[in-house]
Amino acid sequence: MLRRPFFWIIALVIAAFALAPLIGEDVELRESLLLAAVYVTLASNLNLMLGYTGYINFGSIVFFGLGGYICVFLMSAHGWPLAAAALVAGAAVSLFALLFGHGILRLRGAYFALSTIGINEAVKAFVSNFEPWGGSSGLYLSTEIFTPLGGAMRALWIIYFLMVGVMGLSLYLSYGIKTSKFGLGLMAIGQNEDAAAMLGVPTPLYKAFAYSVSAFLPALAGGLYFFKSAFIQPVDAFDLGLSTEAMVIVMLGGQGTITGATVGAYLYEELRGRLLTSETFSNFQMVISGALLLVIVLFMPGGLMGWIYGRWPRLKRVLE
Amino acid sequence: MFGIVASIVDGVLIGSVYGLAAMGLTLIWGVMDVVNLTHGAAIVAGMFALYLLTSAAGLAPYAALPPILVGGFLVGVLLYWIAVHRMIGRPPLMSLLSTFSVNLVLIGLGTAVWGTVLFNVPVTLPGVSWQGYTFPGTHLLAAALTAAMAGLLYLFLYHTRLGKAVRAVADNREAAELAGIPTTRMLSLAFGLGVALASVAGMLIATLFPFTVLAGDAYQLKSFVVTVLGGLGNPAGALLGGIALGLIEGLAAPFMPVSWTLVIEFVLFVAVLIIFPGGIFAFKRS
Amino acid sequence: MTALLDIEGLSKNFGGVRAVQRLSFAVHEREILGLIGPNGAGKSTLFNLINGVFAPDEGRVRFRGIDITGEAPYRVARHGLARTHQIVQPLANMSVLDNCMVGACFGRENLPLARAEVVAREAAVVVGLEDRLSAPAAQLTIAGKKRLELARALAARPMLLLLDEVLAGLNPTEIERMIGTIRSIRERGVAILIIEHVMQAIMGLSDRIVVLNSGQKLAEGAPAEVANDPGVIEAYLGDPALAAALHAGG
Repeated sequence: MLRRPFFWIIALVIAAFALAPLIGEDVELRESLLLAAVYVTLASNLNLMLGYTGYINFGSIVFFGLGGYICVFLMSAHGWPLAAAALVAGAAVSLFALLFGHGILRLRGAYFALSTIGINEAVKAFVSNFEPWGGSSGLYLSTEIFTPLGGAMRALWIIYFLMVGVMGLSLYLSYGIKTSKFGLGLMAIGQNEDAAAMLGVPTPLYKAFAYSVSAFLPALAGGLYFFKSAFIQPVDAFDLGLSTEAMVIVMLGGQGTITGATVGAYLYEELRGRLLTSETFSNFQMVISGALLLVIVLFMPGGLMGWIYGRWPRLKRVLE
Repeated sequence: MFGIVASIVDGVLIGSVYGLAAMGLTLIWGVMDVVNLTHGAAIVAGMFALYLLTSAAGLAPYAALPPILVGGFLVGVLLYWIAVHRMIGRPPLMSLLSTFSVNLVLIGLGTAVWGTVLFNVPVTLPGVSWQGYTFPGTHLLAAALTAAMAGLLYLFLYHTRLGKAVRAVADNREAAELAGIPTTRMLSLAFGLGVALASVAGMLIATLFPFTVLAGDAYQLKSFVVTVLGGLGNPAGALLGGIALGLIEGLAAPFMPVSWTLVIEFVLFVAVLIIFPGGIFAFKRS
Repeated sequence: MTALLDIEGLSKNFGGVRAVQRLSFAVHEREILGLIGPNGAGKSTLFNLINGVFAPDEGRVRFRGIDITGEAPYRVARHGLARTHQIVQPLANMSVLDNCMVGACFGRENLPLARAEVVAREAAVVVGLEDRLSAPAAQLTIAGKKRLELARALAARPMLLLLDEVLAGLNPTEIERMIGTIRSIRERGVAILIIEHVMQAIMGLSDRIVVLNSGQKLAEGAPAEVANDPGVIEAYLGDPALAAALHAGG
């Protein structure tokens, strides 16, 4: 893998993210890149299901939110350090995904998609009523939580680099899977699940595994993100709007492509940032997301990378 | 004791309106294999149409039903041509995303215009009293109108030529095409009908409860739960499913805070999907 | 010689229709067994019962001595039983090579990627697709897609290959070529169970023939025997007197 150019392209992207805000200690850039990194993480992990197996995980945000809750809860109620809490959150959510995935992955097409929404809404409704986790008011972290990291200012930088790390892992994970036998099986499932099964691809196992794996890093990201906010509540944690945006990004960039998810996430985050700061357009954020998605689905279903590969097919050898 | 019975009966009344909404969703699914994610927007459109017609045009509330039905139908046909027509026959992801994106646009426009403020359409009707409990007139009339609409739909599907053509397309589009039925027109008709039913359901819900632009999402989710209970593609099942959901809500209401009923609904939803992939009342296997 | 595939008393009903009834026969190693019968005789259903798409209501399927009755398709593939479809099922947006690699990776030998690529290329050469390896499967002609089905199944290094109307929709040149390919597959030690309507082809290819009608076995034996069996002739042509007259004249 070290010989393939794409491996180094990913490394370059990670380096760019890590170094850019360090120049001049640009806090504003750091914050916007943090958001971009979250989007890249969510989109590239969503891609494992949506892009590779073709299963539409509408409610993927449940991993992010649940990871956030478990991490914040372990830190606030039990005084766990960040690293441990985040990792356990990731593992727990992956396990949860494996258990539920087994059940819902028997469903096809729209049934599966709707069931993922159902799971997100069920978890959101449950957490809203769950007093130990603050119910609908949510959980707060006191500012002392940043002391072990050297104070709030330093903590924000540390969290940023950790998030870039999570993003990098997501990209390498996507790449590693795509170029592996597991990935070949997933792609086959995405093309024609029945034919894949007849060829010997162990479809139930592979799907459940992909679903579970796609939960881990978003859960970690959730833990980091909500730790940084020092506050988590159900309506933010399980916001279907965010998984919608991840889906728009995957489709915009090109379903199944890693470059697409990355570039798409970055572009989308920039667009969104600009929209929110502009007076006229902040109300129309949803309208623009929707219109963009509609145009892509109707006229450019291959997304950005689909168009690029159409023009310059040679690039397929270098990019993924 | 009577309190529980009253709660259940009231739940059934309201549930029937959920069923009406779900009938629209399930009709579209059954005929063209498309899950209409603009369903929520259609419901909200019905709500706001009632508001505008009663406040701006001074129309009596229930007199707004015919214009909303017709308007919903026309909007539905338009939506078909914009977002659905090119997606027929393509993988399900495509139609899910195209209807989803139109929904984003519509709800986005709605929030831009009306914000997230609560709206209300005041409707007063004499209720029916029983054992010290009153069943609001609005609930009774909503259920009655739902029954009427369901009846009309049945008459249309089973006793008119056009309805027969729609059912033929639902059953086997290629065969219908070969038999000379203009399938595309039937598809757009069915989509229009589905949106019309959703809009009327929205209108009826607006006579019962206050609403915001974002209420559509919540009722859309309820419609999914109901459709899954009744089996996708099965309008009769959708009505029964709606009543069942209303029954569950009515049963639960005296015993637990409203927020828990949501948990029950969604857990039920996922459970039914897993255990009964064809819906509990699966008369027709999709 | 122990049977490679042993079908015993297999039955399957769909609603009121008895698709397959008490069917029993065996396929031996390195054998080409032809399966013929009028439309609706239950041939494709039989294939679906063998490779796990449906579970039978009665009966057993034994492969290499192991009971595989009702096992999921991917498990059956692992045992070394590969299958092609009447209506081709290419993995459309994947390349020809990738399609074959799926077969090689997940078939009997469960190969890692690198080894699988070698095997996949070999399989492509056998069917004559070696110059289309990087083309997306969707771009192939019908004949090409049929060959891809075959290559994919071969790449799984099966011991038994189920061919479902692999000649349907091909022109005479393509048919001849395919027949040659099938023969060379048998030379490589793979047993073949083949459903076919192109009578000349299947009679010429098969060592033995099993005739199905209405889900039941009507006849079994060498092609010449079966061709002259009056029951078979009647099933196909419907009238023994007419059939005899034709036979006498032909």
